[in-house]
Amino acid sequence: MSDAPFSLTGFDIAGMERIQAPRPEGRVRLNNPTSHALEQGRSRLLVTAALFALVLGAIGVRLADTMVFSREAEPPVAENTTARPLPVTRAEITDRNGVLLATSLATASAYADPKLVIDAEEAARKLVATLPDLDYRQVLKDLKGEKRFVWIKRNLTPRQEFEVNKLGIPGVFFQQEEHRIYPQGSLTAHLIGLTGIDNNGLMGIEQSFDKRLRENSEPLRLSIDVRLQHIMRKEITQSIQDFNAIGGAGLIMDIKTGEILSMVSLPDFDPQNPGEMHDDSKFNRATLGVYEMGSVFKILNTAIALETGSVKLHETFETNHPLKIGRFTIHDDEPVNYWMDVVDIFRKSSNIGSAKMAEKFGIDVQRDYMGRFGMLKAPSLEIPEVGAPLVPNPWRQTTLLTVAFGHGISVSPIQMVSAVGAVVDGGILRPATLLKRDPNTEIPETRVISPQTSAILRKLMRLVVTEGTGKTAFGTGDLKAPDTLDYLVGGKTGTAEKVSGKGYAHKSLRTSFAGAFPMTDPRYVVFVMVDEPHGNKKSFGFATAGWVAAPAVQRIVWQAAPLLGVKPVVRNDPEVLQAMAIN
Amino acid sequence: MITLSRTDQSVIGRWWWTVDRWTLATVFLIATIGVVLIQAASPPVAERIGLDNFHFIQHHVMMLIPTLIIMVGVSLLSPKGVRRMAMILFLLSLAGVALTLVSGVQIKGATRWIHLPGLSVQPSEFIKPAFAVVAAWLFAQARHTNNVVYFGVCIIFYLMIVALLLMQPDLGMTFVVSAVWFGQFFIAGLPILLVAVLVVCGLSGLVGAYFLFPHVQSRVNRFLDPAAGDNYQVQRALDAFQHGGLWGTGPGQGTVKMTIPDAHADFIFAVAGEELGMLWCLFIVLLFGVVVMRSFARAYSEQSLFVMLGAAGLAMQFGLQACINMASSLHMMPTKGMTLPFISYGGSSLIALGIGVGMLLALTRKRFGQGDLP
Repeated sequence: MSDAPFSLTGFDIAGMERIQAPRPEGRVRLNNPTSHALEQGRSRLLVTAALFALVLGAIGVRLADTMVFSREAEPPVAENTTARPLPVTRAEITDRNGVLLATSLATASAYADPKLVIDAEEAARKLVATLPDLDYRQVLKDLKGEKRFVWIKRNLTPRQEFEVNKLGIPGVFFQQEEHRIYPQGSLTAHLIGLTGIDNNGLMGIEQSFDKRLRENSEPLRLSIDVRLQHIMRKEITQSIQDFNAIGGAGLIMDIKTGEILSMVSLPDFDPQNPGEMHDDSKFNRATLGVYEMGSVFKILNTAIALETGSVKLHETFETNHPLKIGRFTIHDDEPVNYWMDVVDIFRKSSNIGSAKMAEKFGIDVQRDYMGRFGMLKAPSLEIPEVGAPLVPNPWRQTTLLTVAFGHGISVSPIQMVSAVGAVVDGGILRPATLLKRDPNTEIPETRVISPQTSAILRKLMRLVVTEGTGKTAFGTGDLKAPDTLDYLVGGKTGTAEKVSGKGYAHKSLRTSFAGAFPMTDPRYVVFVMVDEPHGNKKSFGFATAGWVAAPAVQRIVWQAAPLLGVKPVVRNDPEVLQAMAIN
Repeated sequence: MITLSRTDQSVIGRWWWTVDRWTLATVFLIATIGVVLIQAASPPVAERIGLDNFHFIQHHVMMLIPTLIIMVGVSLLSPKGVRRMAMILFLLSLAGVALTLVSGVQIKGATRWIHLPGLSVQPSEFIKPAFAVVAAWLFAQARHTNNVVYFGVCIIFYLMIVALLLMQPDLGMTFVVSAVWFGQFFIAGLPILLVAVLVVCGLSGLVGAYFLFPHVQSRVNRFLDPAAGDNYQVQRALDAFQHGGLWGTGPGQGTVKMTIPDAHADFIFAVAGEELGMLWCLFIVLLFGVVVMRSFARAYSEQSLFVMLGAAGLAMQFGLQACINMASSLHMMPTKGMTLPFISYGGSSLIALGIGVGMLLALTRKRFGQGDLP
């Protein structure tokens, strides 16, 4: 090292002389380019060396920092995956009494990063041995794929998680997830809806309250009463079976608050296994389906006629001839050869009479009142599956006559229930809700008809049950047992011919019954609809509402009323008879 | 130790008294540490890919011994011999790199290897030292004769190499070759303005690589934002360093190393960190520093521009490779597959390394009164 000068500029001139031996070419230059280049090269060599020293020094500093100084700051603690408290975020859904309808379980889902899996065949073999429902070929394909993330199995049980973890396969990991559980199964299927595999709401309350359920872990309390729900589902299922029907729907509403206590649509589905869901099962007949309600609409028609004063209660109408309008003819199921008054028209459910009553008040009044009853636009309800009614447009004279007995306009059962509630409850309409109402909040109210008209309609509806189309179902015709206890149901049957193609199918019916109880001071509206029932031996071949929907309502009320705290009264108690008497 | 008389005029005798024995000793020490570390790091790797536990260490030693012999052999050459050898090697490996594009074997997305009977060779490994010497000679000639043609030839060679390497593609190699070539050009007296221009070109090249090559982009992104993607290897490497601490766990006692997939190759420095501890790691950094700095010092006092440039180029290349490896395993830069010279397991790259260091040793031998090469 001492043989050369070690400085930037002053290198040994003597040495230079020595090494600069005569060039072969013998060229003589004053400024030897080589010596200049060497000098420049040395100084730049120093710069390069300094750079290297800097980089090596930085590596040394980083070494010391990583290995000794920042060691305490990030101690390498192994994560304990199982003992960590598992956050469950999606809120529970309960019925009005706090019975669990939907809850979340924290589960682990196994996934793999194929790049970190060393032996795909071995890993797949072990995984399939532990989780027998996996397909070996599929797992192997996933593990050999190019993706950096593949699910192996979602929502493992704790035992499965333990077993898979025990396999110790590199590249297989767990992700903590939530799995939605519906303890009531299909009982509240259409109401609660369901969530997807990633726990996002796809239907029903789960969908409409998705944000609320994610952000607020307080249980969401619905208006539904799971006991009534069970009764309703059981009885409609029974009717569907008995009459070989294709489906049905049912609702119970507390008309003082608008709360829906039961909402059933059949066929339904198992929200736990939505894979097996058919489109028909998914369809909510209680809120999404809109139907021609048939004679049930006569409740509204009669209310309008009496409320507007266009018709007097005992005014008679020419009901002994079918009514012709244009190319249509309006018949009655049980034609009579005399003129009937409003009471008889309602009791016997005369289409001709109802149409004639409507003629008295006219198109504009009818449309106006239908709007007030909430029949012309979709109701606001807390689930996405809400159907908009099919409103006649234009609203002609024919429309006026058919709407009078519930044809030419299609509404959903939930609309029907609210309207009937308004008619029987002193004329006050309260919007339906699926959430439990806070007793302290004010319930929005709209007056639709007067309390007087409401009182008359209550009597008329009771009359249907005691002496009209509902007589058979409620056993009120049985005069041998005058002391029978009764819940004083009143209501109206509806048997509509289903639209088939361009006309009506006479053999394919939709029967419904809209009732309320107790008729002396109605609190609950019950609605049942059975789709395409077929007559059986017990019904003497009949498949009309009086034989299908009304008995279902009777069975439901007789089971539900005790739960609701409604006390039965003696049917023929003079006070009751007096209260229900039509003057 | 061999004893050789100062007056011994045999080839070996002259070599012994003129070669940089400190560098030579340092290289042997580095190689020894490498053997220890590979013995520690490779069994888990071998087991994982279904090889015999001693597969890697056996192969490493089998390559290391001829490498060291070649290194010493090459260091016996005179600067002229080095130049000739480099020229031949350069042409051969250039042809070899071109051949990889035609008949190469694709490994991990790039065609860098050609299979010869008995071993696979990565020709680009050989082009690095050879080109450093060839470029040094061309630069020196250019300065001696003031003839721009030499610069032109050098630039053309460089562009050819870069083009071939990018076609493989091998960005790491391109980077090292470019950096060394630029360093030599700088030392050879590149005007400062052009230095700035080339630095800008180099930086824009790196930025361009980021946008052009998805794997580069992904690596850089993962470096900048560790949460963005998979940093498994680097994370484990840092864990290993932390586990090692000041004193290390002792050779063979490491546990984190078993989770590092490339523990025997690109991430062997992390194994050193875990098992030997910080002090030994600093010592290893120091050893590489000794090789680079001593070579620079020798080059500094050199009277021949060719030798100065050649030695500086080879030393830079050696140091750069070491720095890149250590810096990426310490997560100071995006990971770049580069072996730690004489420590990582590396098959044919070891031979290339031996030739490179051999040429470095040959060039840094003391020569008195020989003047510049004609």
